[in-house]
Amino acid sequence: MMRPDDFEERRRHLAGMSDEELARYFWELADRVVQPLVDLARTHTSPSIERSVLLRMGFSSLEAKAIVDKCVEKGLLGKGAGHVVWKLASARGMSVREAGVALAEGRMWDEVAGLFGAGR
Amino acid sequence: MGGRKLCPDEKLDVREILRDLEHYRPRRRGWVWREKLPPGTSLGPFEYQQISRPLERSVPLPAAKHFRGIDPQPEMVVTTEIASGRFEDDIRRMRMAAWHGADHIMVIRTTGQSHFDGLIEGTPEGVGGVPITRKQVRATRKALDLIEDEVGRPINFHSYVSGVAGPEIAVLFAEEGVNGAHQDPQYNVLYRNVNMYRSFVDAAVAKTLMQWAGMAQIDGAHNANATAREAWKVMPELMVQHAINCVYSVKVGMAKENICLSTVPPTAPPAPEMRLDLPYAVALRRLFAGYRFRAQMNTKYIESSTREATVTHALNLMLSRLTSADIQSTITPDEGRNVPWHYNNIAALDTAKQLLVGLDGLRSMVRLDDSPDGELERKAREITERAVLFLEEILDVGGYFEAVRRGFFVDSGMYPERNGDGIARDPEGGVAAGTIVPRDPDYMAPVCAHFGENHLPEGTRADQPCDLIGGCTLCNPEKIVYIDELDPTDNVESRLAALEAGPPGVVYPEVEWAQDRVVTMTMFWPLDEARAEAAALETARRLGLEEPKAIHKEVMHPAEGTLVEVKGKVPFGIELASLRIPEEHKTLSPDEIRGFVKERGVKVVAATVGQDEHSVGLREILDIKHGGIEGFGIECHYLGTSCPVEKLVNAAIEVGADAILISTIITHADVHRMNMKKLADLCVEKGIRDKVLLVAGGTQVTWDIAAESGMDGGFGRGTRGIDVASFLVRKLREKEAGAGNRTGPGAGAGAGAGEGEGARARARARAGEGAATGADAGAEPGAGAAG
Repeated sequence: MMRPDDFEERRRHLAGMSDEELARYFWELADRVVQPLVDLARTHTSPSIERSVLLRMGFSSLEAKAIVDKCVEKGLLGKGAGHVVWKLASARGMSVREAGVALAEGRMWDEVAGLFGAGR
Repeated sequence: MGGRKLCPDEKLDVREILRDLEHYRPRRRGWVWREKLPPGTSLGPFEYQQISRPLERSVPLPAAKHFRGIDPQPEMVVTTEIASGRFEDDIRRMRMAAWHGADHIMVIRTTGQSHFDGLIEGTPEGVGGVPITRKQVRATRKALDLIEDEVGRPINFHSYVSGVAGPEIAVLFAEEGVNGAHQDPQYNVLYRNVNMYRSFVDAAVAKTLMQWAGMAQIDGAHNANATAREAWKVMPELMVQHAINCVYSVKVGMAKENICLSTVPPTAPPAPEMRLDLPYAVALRRLFAGYRFRAQMNTKYIESSTREATVTHALNLMLSRLTSADIQSTITPDEGRNVPWHYNNIAALDTAKQLLVGLDGLRSMVRLDDSPDGELERKAREITERAVLFLEEILDVGGYFEAVRRGFFVDSGMYPERNGDGIARDPEGGVAAGTIVPRDPDYMAPVCAHFGENHLPEGTRADQPCDLIGGCTLCNPEKIVYIDELDPTDNVESRLAALEAGPPGVVYPEVEWAQDRVVTMTMFWPLDEARAEAAALETARRLGLEEPKAIHKEVMHPAEGTLVEVKGKVPFGIELASLRIPEEHKTLSPDEIRGFVKERGVKVVAATVGQDEHSVGLREILDIKHGGIEGFGIECHYLGTSCPVEKLVNAAIEVGADAILISTIITHADVHRMNMKKLADLCVEKGIRDKVLLVAGGTQVTWDIAAESGMDGGFGRGTRGIDVASFLVRKLREKEAGAGNRTGPGAGAGAGAGEGEGARARARARAGEGAATGADAGAEPGAGAAG
């Protein structure tokens, strides 16, 4: 889009503001631009976020990738990959580490599907 | 675990850094600011208003020798960006940088890492930066821990939490003691074409982790300046970008004092830089009060002239002093022509130190014009209003994502002017499009420092979700899984092995990597530009340089001549054992000299020899007023100027002098060498050569010239009385110690030994085989500053 500089016209409603009022208005607008972005983040997750959860749970980057790829495939990412590992460990009385390694190796996914009501 | 302490006389041992890395833990986390000293603090002969605690070890500015060797450190953190592609070479450069005042080491990532969906492991080689991996980060942090102990100031380690693996990199950095990072989802969207939903969703978790680790965050707004076609017109947009990242960061829980705006003076001469950039800098600091400011230097207008870049950067530093900065970044003066070289990092750091210290306390004498109708205030207000209008229109069109879709950003029009050349991105497109998913009503993540909805089982402490799994890696670092290497060939071990495969004891020049063999030559040719370049390259070839390339050309006059700088690789290494090193003249302490002189008595005769009326230099060496050797109690018999050598030798015999000092400034027809030889010969003839030390001084005198001409010592420009006094005391001590168990002529005769050494050296010097590095420095202009 091309547009000549119409600053003088556009700024009329700002002309009467003091510097303080202008600054306050700037931050109010910025807040309104950003709030929906934060809401999106609060209610969504991503493969990288879930791998970051698994890293924090003590899995290697390779294990984290394997588990998250499977979660995506099975439609379980929205549960949280850490949740998947934790739930399996709790249900089977395994350690979190053992459960995650099994999942990273591609094992026990049917069981996981059952625990979450067959996924999607 | 902490590694062996560094010794200033020894090179950093990469193998020592790599040893036992698996068990290395960082000693702290979080950003560290400099310890500011109160205004009025004295250092050497001066009082300063804006300095921080001095370093324990450092290299001061060259002129410091006139000011008792002081090395005042500015109050702001000073950054250097290091990007060679091999971390083992980078850590050596970090050490040099720390000695020159860097306490913020920014490690540039390898090209393409931002699109790598996951973590990279091991130590593969990078392009224009290093692959950021756990091993690389841990080794670097370990090296920096040693380096900060050596210089005596904490060093902040910094890299990038961007791209499609932001949250994972943030975990890695939090675990490994990285102290600062770039994090700005807008950067991914605009410059890396990462899907915008993914970028913002990831950013919230990444920022939460950074906040947990106390890291300083730097935003990506400066890239708009580096990218826009008419960079000085993006100022309203820069404010908008800063605001979006700042507000987003605060809303996800980051503390304002950890949020740094990356602000860059948008333009450079020949534009009237200050009048354009100052109002913007003032408006920005006013509007974003409470946040921190990282003053970046201009990269947009750097060409191949390192001189021009340095002047632009000097203006940028002036702007930092006229306004404020919490972190002062530095850009190397060669960034316009290649990936930065070792010594250009140092040049940039010295430029910053020189300017910031030189402008110390400027604002106590110089005030900015704050009258409402002055140009500064009018312009500052206008930029702010334009930014407000920008935000209004984002909301009018339906929000941020829609505004990006319509190409609002990086348009080269001064908003609300639009040139239609902005970067437009499809919200449904880009790298990793379609990868975010809604969190289910039972979404759960049993770890700390997580952001967003998290439905923990009943009874779990909200502030300690990792109770569920017996602790996460943030609370319990033993759980971190360390991967050493995944690639059997592309790793640090094979690179080190290749270096060590070369002949032992052979050293090569380098600019970037060990054994890269690159050197530069500067030439003026009385030719037009095209022929000057061809002549320069031909010269380099005939001198034996491999792969010569012109790295800079500057026309002095279209017909009269051109300056050309050429780089090339030397085809040989130098055998260390073949080097002849001039006798080291370390100074003794004044007390030690006085003690020796008092006990033993030392007499010298001195004069300017030949037809030479220049007496200033010698008087400086002798006179007590000028810190000369008289001040140590040495008895000086000064015979004046244009003194015949015979008269000097006779005087020496008469007073029983321990040394004869001659000064010789005129070098026409090698008269200085002839006078030295004549003096030496006459002393031999008169039978006193082994009784007196012969010392020559003068602006063109070097140790080697003097030694070749039969002197015991030679002193050139910049010599002080204490240098000569120290030499005399050490030589006299040596002589007297030697007299007990050695006899005969030549005992301790430096000149003779020097000649022999030199002949042997020449015989042994031969062209060695080129080392098997095979790595060209490459030229990736300007890429390094993006981030």
